[in-house]
Amino acid sequence: MKRDNFEEKTHIYGRIWILLALVMIFSYPVITCIYYDAWPGMMPVLKGLLGVAPIFWTVGLVEVLTYVPMLGTGSSYLSFVTGNVTSIKAPAALSAMENAKVKPGTEEGEVISTIAVAVSAIVTTIVIAIGVVLLVPLTPILDNPAVKPAFDNILPALFGGLAVVYISKNWKISIVPLIFMLSLFLLVPSLADSVGILVPVGIIITVGSARILYKKGKL
Amino acid sequence: MRQFHPNDTLLFILAGAVIVFIIAQSLFFLIRAYKRGKELGITSEQLKKTIVSTSIFTIAPAVAVLLGIITLSKFLGLPLPWLRLSVIGAITYELPAATSTANALGVSLSETIMDPKVYTAIAWVMTLGIFPGLIWVPLFIKKIQGGLMKIKSKDSKWGDIFMSSLFLGMISAFLGMVFADIRSGLVGWIPVFVLLFSAFLMMICGLLIKKCNMKWLETYALPICMLGAMIFAVVITPWIGGIAG
Repeated sequence: MKRDNFEEKTHIYGRIWILLALVMIFSYPVITCIYYDAWPGMMPVLKGLLGVAPIFWTVGLVEVLTYVPMLGTGSSYLSFVTGNVTSIKAPAALSAMENAKVKPGTEEGEVISTIAVAVSAIVTTIVIAIGVVLLVPLTPILDNPAVKPAFDNILPALFGGLAVVYISKNWKISIVPLIFMLSLFLLVPSLADSVGILVPVGIIITVGSARILYKKGKL
Repeated sequence: MRQFHPNDTLLFILAGAVIVFIIAQSLFFLIRAYKRGKELGITSEQLKKTIVSTSIFTIAPAVAVLLGIITLSKFLGLPLPWLRLSVIGAITYELPAATSTANALGVSLSETIMDPKVYTAIAWVMTLGIFPGLIWVPLFIKKIQGGLMKIKSKDSKWGDIFMSSLFLGMISAFLGMVFADIRSGLVGWIPVFVLLFSAFLMMICGLLIKKCNMKWLETYALPICMLGAMIFAVVITPWIGGIAG
């Protein structure tokens, strides 16, 4: 099968799965409302939505623009259905491509990235399902205050290792965005809650400064 | 009207159906990509390595997701949080969505919700809040990729730098975030120490892989750093708390 043909089919299958996913996720509130005869009415839903939708819808769009180029076709369709793109899917895809020594955007990169995202989605789902079944015996362990710091620090634990791999390879492009982000968070610590919005800001700064370095022949 | 309970069997069946769907979709893409990889001449060994290392890497963050479910289940029961955090959602979305709706209805989230109308209102807000993420992908993916292809075909060296810049932009935002709390004193430095410890472990792994030729370690390097740094957090947090407090 030629590349274009395979790509094209990935788009078709991806769209079909996305449509089915939409039906599936809407079936939960619809069936619940019908079964219990408990329609909440427009106002409570609109009021609740007003508090979150403007942010969620924007962040959702920004995430698509940010992660699609990194992930590739198949894994984009899959990642945005299965969720946890930032904390699980994107790091899984990146480190898998790095280990396999393939580049994102190539045919090989597409394969490895899709496998990583799919496996990651399956494992996450299974771990959660086991956890839900064993919730009663597990809750005291997971709720234990001594264990809490491990999960409070999951992002630094992940990005420390990931950063070494990428920064050591591209240290010249890393300096400007790192200094910018460090200063920004030191000056405005409350931004930690909107890190999703800051990812594209980081990308714009990195691409901009890398372009200048490249034009000057420093890369 | 049927008696409502947020842990009702019907709700478990509904959530279970969606979760089976997610596994089916993932398997579909996994098998397709695996076959394609073979066609392209990627070795089975490499493909299997990818599967093993990704599986191990995913376990710790998946347990973190489970913690989010436990938090939400205290007032929403199990099925809805289980569903929301297995499909598209993340705790950073679902908790604000539930809180916003509860505030709008003047309901407290300190106890389990027994009013079916409050429950369905929250379920609707969660669903409507999150679904556009699904629509953006098919709408924009071809445009985004077309743009990328253009950049790459114009100047392939810049194309590579551009891709690296995307990753580094993401990584720099998260590295910066880790420093957000350091002005609050020594306790605020804990995430920084965890980050540095994870980075330190990765450097050791890198040395072992290169100098001692331990190629097999590549598969496990990232999970080792992550778990090592999480254990480190458990050890230093009470210790630093003791010094600071």
